[in-house]
Amino acid sequence: MLSLVTRRLVRLVVVLAGVSLVTFSILQASGDPVALMMPEAPEADRIALRLSMGFDDPLPVQFGRFVGNIVRGDFGQSFFHREPALPLVLARMPTTLLLTLLAMGLSLVIAIPIGILSAVRRNSAFDHGATLVVFLGTSMPVFWTGIMLILLFAVQLRVLPVSGWETWGALVLPAATLATFSTPLLLRIVRSSMLEVINLDYVRTARAKGVSEWFVICRHALTNAALPLVTVAGLQFGLLLGGAIITETVFAVPGVGRLIVGAIRQLDFPIVQAGVFVLALIVVLVNFAVDMLYIYLNPQIRVR
Amino acid sequence: MAIGTFAPPMDAAAGLAHAADRSRIWRKFVRNPAALAGALILLVVIGAAVFAPLVAPHEPTRQSLIRRFTPPVWAEGGKASYLLGTDQVGRDILSRMIHGARVSLIVGISAVLVSLLVGVTLGLLSGFLPGRVDTVIMTVVDVTLSFPQLLLALAFVAALGPSLVTIIIVLGLTGWERYTRVVRAEVLALREKDFVEAARAIGASPARTLLRHLLPNTFSSIIVMSTLQVAQAILQEAALSFLGVGTGSAYPTWGQMIALGRDFVSVAWWLPTFPGLAILLTVLAINLVGDRLRDALDPRVT
Repeated sequence: MLSLVTRRLVRLVVVLAGVSLVTFSILQASGDPVALMMPEAPEADRIALRLSMGFDDPLPVQFGRFVGNIVRGDFGQSFFHREPALPLVLARMPTTLLLTLLAMGLSLVIAIPIGILSAVRRNSAFDHGATLVVFLGTSMPVFWTGIMLILLFAVQLRVLPVSGWETWGALVLPAATLATFSTPLLLRIVRSSMLEVINLDYVRTARAKGVSEWFVICRHALTNAALPLVTVAGLQFGLLLGGAIITETVFAVPGVGRLIVGAIRQLDFPIVQAGVFVLALIVVLVNFAVDMLYIYLNPQIRVR
Repeated sequence: MAIGTFAPPMDAAAGLAHAADRSRIWRKFVRNPAALAGALILLVVIGAAVFAPLVAPHEPTRQSLIRRFTPPVWAEGGKASYLLGTDQVGRDILSRMIHGARVSLIVGISAVLVSLLVGVTLGLLSGFLPGRVDTVIMTVVDVTLSFPQLLLALAFVAALGPSLVTIIIVLGLTGWERYTRVVRAEVLALREKDFVEAARAIGASPARTLLRHLLPNTFSSIIVMSTLQVAQAILQEAALSFLGVGTGSAYPTWGQMIALGRDFVSVAWWLPTFPGLAILLTVLAINLVGDRLRDALDPRVT
C-alpha cells in the first residue's frame, strides 16, 4: 500500500509538470507577448524588452525559467493591473470556492435522496421523472439557465438581486444555477452506483435477516455505493469549476472565473496563466485526495 | 484517476456487421418514443441548418431600428412576419436562429472528428504497445483531465485568435481523452482473444491486426461516445461564444445571441430565451438519441 501511495505521488509530480507545460504554452500560442505588453512602443523598445525578459531564449530554457518562477509563486506582472498576477488570483479564490461548495452541497442534498429512491423504485413513474430531469439538466447551457432564473426571480418576481455578491440573498441565484448544472451529473451517478449494489448477494442476505428495507439501503447498500460516487464526484470537480467560471460571468460574481474571463478579453496572459494553473492544481489535488481516500476506504486494493 | 468506461469485449461475430443484429438494433431503437422524438427534432435542426438561406424568412443580418424589440407573434404588439420577434437592432430572431444552427452543427460534428482522430489513434497505440508508449500517452491523458476543459478551451481560443477553425481544433484537442481510455481498455481486453491470436498466426501484420481486427470491435462504444460528445461540443461552443471568444465573425451563433440578449432581458425577454431553447432542444435530442444508441448497441443491457 505504501508503494502505491509513493507511485501516486510520483504521478502527481509528473502530472503537475505536464500542467505547467500546457500553462506555459498558452502564452506561446498567443504569438508575440511583447507586442501585447507594449502595443504602441517603437521597435527598439520592444527588442530591448524582449531581450530583458528572455523571450528570445530557446523554448526549453524559457520553460525551465517558467517552472522555476511557478515554484516561487511568480507568474509575472498582470499587463493590465500592473501587479503580480498570482495574488490577484488567490484573492478571488475564496469566492469561487464558496460558490462551488454551496452548489456542491445543494446538489448532494438533492441528488442523494432522489438518486436512491430512483434506484430503489427502478422503472417507476418517479424514476422516469428523475431521468427526464437529468436529461433536461444536462442539456441546458449553464449561462442560459442563469439568465432564465434572473428573468424569473429578479425581473418578474423581484425577490432576489440580479447580480453581485454582497448579501446572502445574492448567493442564491448563482449557487442555484451552478447546482442545476451539477445535480443531474451527481444524480445519475448515485442512481447507477446504487443499482450496481442493490441486488448483490450481501444486500439480499441483509434483507433475509429481516432488517428493515431502509436500514438495508442506508447501511449496507449506500456505504458500498459511496466508493464510486466519491471517485466520480472527484473527477467531475473540474467540470464544476468550468461551470463556476460561466456562472460568475452571468451574475458578476467577483471570483476567479470572472477575473480570468476579463483577463482573456484584455489578453492579460499572466492572469490567465496564473488562474488556469491554480484551478488545474486544485483539480489535481482533489483527484489525488480522492485517490488516497479510495485506497483508504477500499480494503481490497492490491498493488498491481 | 483514470477510470475508463469499461465496455465488455465482444467477439468479432457480435459486432455491428451482421444483418440480423442490425435489425435488432434498429427495432430496439425505434421502440423508444423519446429517442424517436429526439431523432425528429434532430432532422428538423439539420434541415434548418442545411437549407438556412431558403427557409429563413428574413436576412439574418438585416437591421431596422423602426421594428426593433418587436415581441413574438402571440404577445401584444407582435407581427406575423416576425414569428419570434426581433432583437435590439431589429433583426429577425427566428432567421438568426436558423442560421445559427449551422455554426452549432458544424462545430459540434467537426470537433468530434478531430477528437476521434487523435483519441482513437492514441488509444490503439496505447493498448497495443504497453510499456513506455502507453505510459507517456496515459500521462498526457491525466494532464488533459486536470484542466477544466472549458477553461483550457477559453485560454487557447483567446491566445490563438477566435475563429471557427480555432474553436473546432481547440474543442477537438481538449476532448479526445475519453476515446483513448475506452479504446485502450478494449484493445487490452481483446489482445489475447482467439480471433486476434488467429489473425496473428496466419501472418497478419501488427498494423493489419490493429486496424482490421481490433478497431472494428470498438466501433459501438465509439459511436455512442461521439454522439454524446457532439452534444457537449455544441454546449461548449455556445459557452465560448457567450464568454466572448466565439467565431470572431458577425455570422449569428446561438451563444452569441444569448450573450447580446442578456443585457436586454428586463425589456425583451425573448432575446435570450429562444436561442437558449434552440440549444436545449438540440442538445437534448442528441442526448436522447445517444442514450438510446447506447442501450441498443451495448450487449450488456437488455
